[in-house]
Amino acid sequence: MSGKDRLAIFPSRGAQMLMKARLAGAQKGHGLLKKKADALQVRFRLILSKIIETKTLMGEVMKEAAFSLAEAKFTTGEFNQVVLQNVTKAQIKIRSKKDNVAGVTLPIFESYQDGSDTYELAGLARGGQQLAKLKKNFQSAVKLLVELASLQTSFVTLDEVIKITNRRVNAIEHVIIPRLERTLAYIISELDELEREEFYRLKKIQDKKKIIKDKAEAKKQALLAAGLAGQDERDIANLLDEGDEDLLF
Amino acid sequence: MALHAAVKGKLISVIGDEDTCVGFLLGGIGEINKNRHPNFMVVDKNTAVSEIEECFKRFVKRDDIDIILINQNVAELIRHVIDAHTAPVPSVLEIPSKDHPYDASKDSILRRAKGMFNPDDLVR
Repeated sequence: MSGKDRLAIFPSRGAQMLMKARLAGAQKGHGLLKKKADALQVRFRLILSKIIETKTLMGEVMKEAAFSLAEAKFTTGEFNQVVLQNVTKAQIKIRSKKDNVAGVTLPIFESYQDGSDTYELAGLARGGQQLAKLKKNFQSAVKLLVELASLQTSFVTLDEVIKITNRRVNAIEHVIIPRLERTLAYIISELDELEREEFYRLKKIQDKKKIIKDKAEAKKQALLAAGLAGQDERDIANLLDEGDEDLLF
Repeated sequence: MALHAAVKGKLISVIGDEDTCVGFLLGGIGEINKNRHPNFMVVDKNTAVSEIEECFKRFVKRDDIDIILINQNVAELIRHVIDAHTAPVPSVLEIPSKDHPYDASKDSILRRAKGMFNPDDLVR
């Protein structure tokens, strides 16, 4: 970072005004971006703590779901293949909405029931109750997982955006603003330099004029001193005789 | 585009052991599309890693899938592929399986967060 790193611009009043405006703009932008980064950071921390909470909760729910699966298997007998083969249409689907945090859109997933249960008749012979419980457990697990997924998606998106924002804030703070300031300082020093030159030039001219005037004065004085009488005579003669003839009517 | 996505319901897909898949299918997330491609994959001990990898990539490419659930022990096998997937949608969720308890330190997302926070601190 040397003093050379500045914008290539001609040092003039106009350029100075321009630079001042740009510096003000950069500072304003820096403040706004910093605010945005802070807002995102707050949201980010909130989401992160929620994710961790939900992840622990998910562990419990999954454990319970796995246990009810074992229960159902015990009463109903082996039904894995039946279930795997009879897949047709999804009953639980996801729709996504958009949430807006400081100009960043975050997708929010939401699960909803669509169509009827494919496995309505599973466990009709025996173990129906266990199977119903199993379904319920896994459905609640799915709900929780969908929630977790939207949190996680927000997390990833926010992470990315925060990085970009911080990069911008730092770029403005450490590159753009110093460069503008250096340019301004350069312009001011150049303008001062010009002003000093101008002042010196004016002084010089004044001096010159004074010298010329003094010289003229001295010459006049010398002349006066040398030929005072002669000049006076001539002056009087000149006054009397204007050099034109008398007019007689 | 966002509206269009909101109108059409998206799917959840599962990659995991048989019991996990069966459980979620009973929960009602299973679907087989027109080309007879299911949205789940059963992984057993004979399944090759490359097969899981390919399946995961296929799910990521499908635009009707928004969430991919994957057992953590399976995720461990294809960790590099999961780490390479950084786009927000579809989001990849690691879930514990029946015989592997959940380990927060292995999770891709939580590992990314670790630079900023210690996950263990926030749990307590």
